[in-house]
Amino acid sequence: MSDVPSLIALIPRLRRYARALVGERAAADDLVQDTLERAWSKLHLYRHGTDLRAWLFTVMHNVHVNQVRAARPTSPLDDEMPELAQRAVQGDALLVRDLERALAVLPAAQREVLLLVALEDLSYDETARTLGIPIGTVMSRLARAREKVRILMHGKGGSKLQVVK
Amino acid sequence: MSEEQNLVSEADIQAWADGRLAEGRRAEVEDWLAARPEEAERAAAYRALNEQLRAQYDPVLVEPVPERLEGAVLRRPRWRAAAAIAGWLVLGAALGGITGWQLHAQRAAAPLAQADTPLLAHRAALAHATYAPEVRHPVEVGADQEQHLVAWLSKRLGAEVRAPRLEAEGMTLVGGRLLPRDPGPVAQFMYQSAPGRRVTLYVRTEAPDQRETAFRFSREGNVQVFYWIDRKFGYALSSADLDRDELLRLANVVYRQLNP
Repeated sequence: MSDVPSLIALIPRLRRYARALVGERAAADDLVQDTLERAWSKLHLYRHGTDLRAWLFTVMHNVHVNQVRAARPTSPLDDEMPELAQRAVQGDALLVRDLERALAVLPAAQREVLLLVALEDLSYDETARTLGIPIGTVMSRLARAREKVRILMHGKGGSKLQVVK
Repeated sequence: MSEEQNLVSEADIQAWADGRLAEGRRAEVEDWLAARPEEAERAAAYRALNEQLRAQYDPVLVEPVPERLEGAVLRRPRWRAAAAIAGWLVLGAALGGITGWQLHAQRAAAPLAQADTPLLAHRAALAHATYAPEVRHPVEVGADQEQHLVAWLSKRLGAEVRAPRLEAEGMTLVGGRLLPRDPGPVAQFMYQSAPGRRVTLYVRTEAPDQRETAFRFSREGNVQVFYWIDRKFGYALSSADLDRDELLRLANVVYRQLNP
């Protein structure tokens, strides 16, 4: 019961994260709504005393992964998979000064890590647990995400990308 | 230098950008960066990106939350806490959500009819309209005998009932009465504010298998009712004097007090 106020209070946080993750406002709110509905139905799985916010991000992650997979079966969810969009941008040497567009170019798996750390201020450890990945993967995705955004927005370090990759 | 370089990892640079290095380590990494302008520039860009992300997306935090997101909460009757949530919403938006819910419920009235909840609201509104205007005998047992009142009503209902304390909301208990109802009796508590505005809480026992519901809103003439079912009891809070958001706020207080 004591979680109720925090659940409601967390909706704006979920919306902020979803907006950065998905980009478009209505689609982001769709994701939040699906997350809330799934969270209510899975509330018995939430362990009291643990970070409710991180748990909701986990739920959102799962919902998002399922949605992206359903919509585009070949979408590059994981950084091991081909990153077609990213390659196209590099090939054109396009400078993306718009942060939103730079984020959109990132593979979802890297975008999630970057946003949980940089926007939502989750610790690396929390991020790892939220996404169900090792902390080493968190650090490598974080490094790749940041470097890609930097290159997209500043057009620097073309040669460095290979090192970072 | 290569040995020194090994001491600062990529993870250190990321952690520096996030401001998550311990004091001593941070100084070491900054020394290392100071000797490498290109790396320093890269690290600074990472740090700046954090601020850019905040600047870009923090405004979402203060946007009004769309009704449909709160509706995702209000439409979850099986979760008993859902009823309590209403009180934590921005009131205007909450009311919009409830209105939407209510319209939905009306549209689906036929399959819901068996639930008997609209009857709960209807009877509560009638009982309110009957006794709230009473000047001389609004209640059978006055608040000056509150213990007796509660014990008496509990005995007649066959379950322990409680009279919520609403002084903090400017409402004092006037007293209560027993109402006839088929098959069992019903308790009615009456509250009054200093300006003489009245609210009644209608309490009846429910079949043991009744599920919890979220708050529902009903209007009967000039009487407005928020009603809900919580395990053993069905509750309805009615008033013709309070506006709807005042009544909702009060309903939340009642709910929380009855579910500590």
